[in-house]
Amino acid sequence: MKATTLFDKVWDAHVVEHVEGGPDIVYIDKHLIHEVTSPQAFSGLEARGLKVFRPERTIATPDHNVPTVNQHLPISDEQSRTQVETLKANCEKNKIEMYGLNHPNNGIVHVVGPEQGHTQPGMTMVCGDSHTSTHGAFGAVAFGIGTSEVEMVFATQCIMQSKPMKMRITVDGELSKGVSAKDLTLYVIAQLGTGGATGYFVEYAGSAVRSLTMEGRMTVCNMSIEMGARGGMIAPDETTFEYMKGREFAPKGEEWTKAVAKWKELKTDDGAAFDKEYVFKASDIEPMITYGTNPGMGMGISGSIPSEKDVDPTELPTFKKSLDYMGFGLGDKLLGKKVDYVFLGSCTNGRIEDIRAFASLVKGHKKVDAITAWIVPGSKKVEKQAIEEGLVEVLEASGFELRQPGCSACLAMNEDKVPAGKYSVSTSNRNFEGRQGPGSRTLLASPLTAAAAAITGVISDPRELF
Amino acid sequence: MSIDKFITLESTYVPLPNENVDTDQIIPARFLKATSREGFGENLFRDWRYAPDGSVNPDFVLNKSEYSGSVLVGGKNFGSGSSREHAAWAIHDYGFKVVVSSFFADIFQNNALNNGVLPVTVSSEFLADLFKSVEADKSQKLVVDLEKQVISFNGKSEEFVINPYKKDCLLNGFDDIDFLLARKEKIEAFEAKN
Repeated sequence: MKATTLFDKVWDAHVVEHVEGGPDIVYIDKHLIHEVTSPQAFSGLEARGLKVFRPERTIATPDHNVPTVNQHLPISDEQSRTQVETLKANCEKNKIEMYGLNHPNNGIVHVVGPEQGHTQPGMTMVCGDSHTSTHGAFGAVAFGIGTSEVEMVFATQCIMQSKPMKMRITVDGELSKGVSAKDLTLYVIAQLGTGGATGYFVEYAGSAVRSLTMEGRMTVCNMSIEMGARGGMIAPDETTFEYMKGREFAPKGEEWTKAVAKWKELKTDDGAAFDKEYVFKASDIEPMITYGTNPGMGMGISGSIPSEKDVDPTELPTFKKSLDYMGFGLGDKLLGKKVDYVFLGSCTNGRIEDIRAFASLVKGHKKVDAITAWIVPGSKKVEKQAIEEGLVEVLEASGFELRQPGCSACLAMNEDKVPAGKYSVSTSNRNFEGRQGPGSRTLLASPLTAAAAAITGVISDPRELF
Repeated sequence: MSIDKFITLESTYVPLPNENVDTDQIIPARFLKATSREGFGENLFRDWRYAPDGSVNPDFVLNKSEYSGSVLVGGKNFGSGSSREHAAWAIHDYGFKVVVSSFFADIFQNNALNNGVLPVTVSSEFLADLFKSVEADKSQKLVVDLEKQVISFNGKSEEFVINPYKKDCLLNGFDDIDFLLARKEKIEAFEAKN
């Protein structure tokens, strides 16, 4: 039999029909929806006189628009409230399970899917959100779609997609102390650039990737989209099964044993061909930070922003424009630069492990008064766990408080906005102009680097604070 | 819902030479709160078009009266970032029918096609010529012939690639959902087998 990749195995098993000269019709096992990219799909469906074809394969949770305080009160922003209420009404009408605000399963769609066991190896999963790539950490083919495609999945449980090319990114060796999955992914994106994986589906491999926890793997797959990839995935293994076992919607008993046996076959065969391969050494990676207005503009925290001679002349005008926006200059070092805001959260780094990492570094230190810090759990379950593990007490003793779950300052659709001109060290996934509020300046980093900034007030190397 | 039929278009064009124009620039997140598809054109490139106090930024190309047309020509890696289809809606609602660049982000490209906006990928040399030419003559027109898959201006032309199925959809004004709904039986057969 021909050697095939993990991606091929999952994709090919879901092709209902290959359209000649066109895309594949791919069956979708799990459709995740939220309040921002679904209302127009529901109304489109209604205009065609249709109902959701397979509502039992759909899970809904409001996350983008929700406030991170006083969630027991009605949402004060009228438009946000309308969007959340529209989701609820559409779900009721179409018999879709929804985890509304204050429901114990509520949270960011890409955090709740895995933690409740909805996300499983070998599945095809889509959501009207580019960071759907997160679920690939379990060996699922998961990718973001537009609203017309959300409507398509509602109507037929299928999607029409051309099969992407395949890329493998191997990271071998051991990550150094203070270097996390977030640094690994920011490093890879800095090497490939924001369009470096456009047209590809990425499989991550190598000993550094294998040794990551599930939370770490989710962070890496989550950021795949930031180099243009359609999605990222990692072959399931004992780490995956260990994480999944006993989760609410994971198979149980005999079903579990059968499922694990099947999942163990989900890996790339020896000798299978990729359209592109990259290999990196874990030992080359230090804590990373971005200095520009796309996630590819990142560097080791002790490094310097490239000088004029290091930038492709055709790209120099855009590069300079980006630095101007950030208030940085060519060749600048960032260590010691003043920070105003710190954001821990999002579908990239709003998991329990991220809060643990942040708490471990701030323990015994005090938050700098001038820093505004938003510590936002990715879900109600993460919030509960942070309380149970005593992390909230550690945070409070250092001057931080835990907010309520949601996407929050990652894209600033709610009240958590960074003011114009202010600097934010953020554990989220995008540093685009105005992403955290009009005029805001975002530096992407790991939870440890964010914690270091919060207790020193400046950009600091977390390795020096252990 | 069907999409607009697209055959051949001749138009002046608006140059936006910035690279990595991401979806947050095309339509910032704070304008994604609507529950209908209409009206997003008003906030297309909001933070580049207007100053924070709401006044018009005279330096931004959409605010310069000498540039017009239903074609937007953008820099490399256009539409990166979020999956928000609102970006395609904003471009369509503003009146653009074609976006030209040397490189498009995947999801944006799909979203554009699903809304009757044709993304045309050209070589970086062709793109540079387009930018140069419009600076010399703002009434410079380009022609996009979808049937022949050719884009031309000022005596230069280049072929572009488009998936044959998607081309068919655009030429005839039908969409994927119509196509899929006609295959319900096949889908149910797939479900029964798996």
